[in-house]
Order: sequence, then C-alpha cells, then structure tokens
Amino acid sequence: MSYSVKVLDHYENPRNVGSFGKEEEGVATGMVGAPACGDVMKLQIKVGKDGIIEDAKFKTYGCGSAIASSSLVTEWVKGKTIEQALDIKNTQIAEELALPPVKIHCSILAEDAIKAAVADYKKQRGV
Amino acid sequence: MLRLPIYLDYSATTPVDPRVAEKMIPYLVEKFGNPASRSHAFGWETEAAVEEAREEVAKLVHADPKEIVWTSGATESNNLALKGAANFYSGKGKHIITLKTEHKAVLDTCRELERQGFEVTYLDVLENGLLDLEVFKAALRSDTILVSVMFVNNEIGVIQPIAEIGEICREKGIIFHVDAAQATGKVEIDLGALKVDLMSFSAHKTYGPKGIGALYIRRKPRVRLEAQMHGGGHERGFRSGTLATHQIVGMGEAFRLAREEMAVENKRIGALRDRLLKGLSDIDQVFINGDMTHRVPHNLNISFAYIEGESMLMAIKDLAVSSGSACTSASLEPSYVLRALGREDELAHSSIRFTLGRFNTEEEIDYAIKLLHKKIGSLRELSPLWEMVQDGVDLSTVQWAAH
Repeated sequence: MSYSVKVLDHYENPRNVGSFGKEEEGVATGMVGAPACGDVMKLQIKVGKDGIIEDAKFKTYGCGSAIASSSLVTEWVKGKTIEQALDIKNTQIAEELALPPVKIHCSILAEDAIKAAVADYKKQRGV
Repeated sequence: MLRLPIYLDYSATTPVDPRVAEKMIPYLVEKFGNPASRSHAFGWETEAAVEEAREEVAKLVHADPKEIVWTSGATESNNLALKGAANFYSGKGKHIITLKTEHKAVLDTCRELERQGFEVTYLDVLENGLLDLEVFKAALRSDTILVSVMFVNNEIGVIQPIAEIGEICREKGIIFHVDAAQATGKVEIDLGALKVDLMSFSAHKTYGPKGIGALYIRRKPRVRLEAQMHGGGHERGFRSGTLATHQIVGMGEAFRLAREEMAVENKRIGALRDRLLKGLSDIDQVFINGDMTHRVPHNLNISFAYIEGESMLMAIKDLAVSSGSACTSASLEPSYVLRALGREDELAHSSIRFTLGRFNTEEEIDYAIKLLHKKIGSLRELSPLWEMVQDGVDLSTVQWAAH
C-alpha cells in the first residue's frame, strides 16, 4: 500500500505524542477502538478555564493512517472551543490526509476520539 | 556494501537464481519449438529439454518422471488435485478433510467443492500450528475420500506430520494430497517412502520462475483425476495447453540446484535465522508464532506485542517483510493462520514474518536487528496499550469500544 505525503509526514513526525499527568487540571481523555480490531486511539485534551482547548496529546496503536489521523486531530483541536472541536468531521480528516477507502475507518475513529474526549470533559464538569 | 531495502520475504517469492535464468534464455529465442511438434527438430529439441526438466523435478522428490505433470503453479496444482480427485472419486463418498491453516488455494477450492455438494471438515491445529493426529483420526469417516494437508505452512513455517498422515490415509484407502509449495529445497521429500498420492509444487518459491509448477500424481497405487483443463490432451490428458518450455527448463534447473545445494544452504540460512532470533530475544514482550522444532530453517514469525503490524512495516521500510496484520490485507481481518493457533487478535495484528533465503548475508541480518531495536522503542512510546501495560493494567479486563 502506498501512503500520501501527509500520512507519511504525520507518521514519521507525529505531533503531540504523549500523555498528560493524571492530576493536571482540565484534562479529559477519550479512548476508542479495540486491540482485537487493530486500532486503539487515546486522545487527551487540556481545556482552559475559558473553555478553549489549550493543548492535546495522543497515543495510538494502529496502522500508519490511524497514527496520522490522530496526530492531525491533536493539531486541529488546539485553540478551539469544545463545541468547535465537535464540528471536526471524519470526511475532513480523510480529505486532508488523502486516505484511501480502506482507511476511512481510521478517520472515523479519530472523530470518535474527539467526541469521547469531549464527553469525558463534560462528565467531569457535570454538564 | 549493504543494498536497501533488504529482502526478507522469500516465502512470498524468490528471485530467479542467475544460473536458472541463464539456462532459460535460449528457450525463448533460439530453441522456441513447440515440444508437441513431433514432425521436426525444433519440437524434438524442446521436448528433450522438457523431459530433462521433468526428471530433475522428479529427482528432488524421489518420484518417477512419469508421475510429474506441468501446471502454471501451485494454485493450479491444488485445484487440479482437489477438484480432479474429488470429482473422480465422488462415487465412493463426499467427505474431504483439510486444515484451517491451509493456503487459500486449498481452502477456496474446498469451498467450491462444498458448493458442488461435497462436505469438508476444516480441522483445528494445536497452539504450535501442528496437526494433532488424534484429532485427525477422529475426523475420518467411512465416506472420507480425500485429505489435503500442506507440508510446510507459508506463514509460520511449521512442518506437518506428512508421513504419519500418509500411513493413516493409505490404510483406509483415502487419497492424500500435499501442498508442498513451501517445502521444496527446505525439507527432504521422499515420495518413495511417503504415502502421498498427490503433491503440488511451485517453481518461484525455490529460485525458479513464476508461472510454472507441477503436480505429482502417483502411479503405484494408481491415482485417477478428472482433468480440469481440456484441449489438446497434453500431459497425458491431465492438463492440456502448450508447454511453456523456458519456464519448465527454469523449474528443472531450480529444482536440480535445490537438490544439490539444500543440505549446505539450509544450514547457512538456519544459522542466519537463529542469529536474527537471538538478536531480538532481549526485546520485551516478543512472541514466536508456531513450533520452533518442526519448522523450516528460513522462517521466523514473531509478534511484537502492543505494536500494530502495518505501522511496524512502515517503520522498518528498509526491510521487505510481511505482516499478519489486517491492514496489510484487503479483508480487514488479521491472519487466519495465527487466529487458528489461538493467538489473540491483538498478537495476530502485531505479527511480522521474516523469511530468509539464498542471497541474505550476516551483515543484512545485523542491520535488521539494529533497525528493529531502534524502532520498537519509539513505536511502543506511541502505543496506548504499552502505556497501560506499563501502568499495570490487564488489557483483557478493559471494556473496549469495539468498532
């Protein structure tokens, strides 16, 4: 399988890899996928008091396209409000990375990871 | 000088040995006659070449040249053997036995036979990939007419107990087919001793050209087949079609070289494989797939836990290897062979197959070991599963959101 230049770039230089400390203020986590399916994404967002996502980090078990999709969304969510982050659609991710049809599920998983992280944030806030 | 990428996928295909290529070339331009042309020297010359090649193929497996029929490759041989025998002996019974870990060329042919009204039992294998003979015996029925078991597995390289299965089949009068595509030049094959009725061969897994193979059809006791390809009655009616002289000459030469060199070569390749294994053995959470004793010397199939196979392939693109990960196949399913061993899906997704061959060197293996060490660390840094395991989480207790 050949990869787009953007997938290769994110794969070789993944942005924002890592995890936030468990006690850090405003950190919410979304974990989606399953090892049996071959993809697990963990996306963490750090939301400031003003409701804006200040920082994001990820770790992904999966193929190159899954790693690139999650790397990309860490860049995209930064500076957005949590409601704006929810507007990120898998089709945008797939288009940006020029994912082939068999890899569309990677972009769906990345969108789900954002939703899961936001849901965790809202749960913590009791919203 | 090290040339990149390094080819470590010899079970997918092998390069044609230069000595083989050299022998083939005259049969394209100068010696182009149709081996079936009985009326002139052009035909006599190529017929002699075809028969010489047939002898070489027969010699490698201790068979009679008259028992060798040319085909386009092991897939066709498997189709001819299974459909041909099932159809010919269908009056005796409708039951066929094979393994879940067979090559698709056998499994898919069996599916087609099921559609034609045959019943097929797909046997489980043990955790090490080998067939349990007791399980096999228990599966036999009074209407079993055909058994098909591969000699050497293409993914994990394990060697099935062909001699023992053959004894059982012969005693019960059941036709026994063996797919030996991955076995030639790797293990001794003595059809004088083995009670095998049909055996499939391929040239391109043994340093011959692609597009040519053969089927061994036993004469004593005689095995009958219904032809699947009809036409000019070539190959004593078993397989019509003008013979591809240059390909056949190539297969003959490749099998001759295998016969002469396999003892020395397998020692050398086995030492390289063991060097690779030793070099990787200090990495945490590495699992070997398949039995290490009953295994061909050139195969190493390993799961690097918590690293998905395709991302591993991307990271080690200087190495040409293959993976059991779903992402490397069209089906989105991880390797059915590894799943049949009872491996968790996650380890199947994380598997890498290294298959070494004639042209690999120690320098290449050392490069591979170094590269793998370097990349495994960074990929595990990227893996949420690795992080959880380091934090003491038992992954089997996690409620995953499957998709």
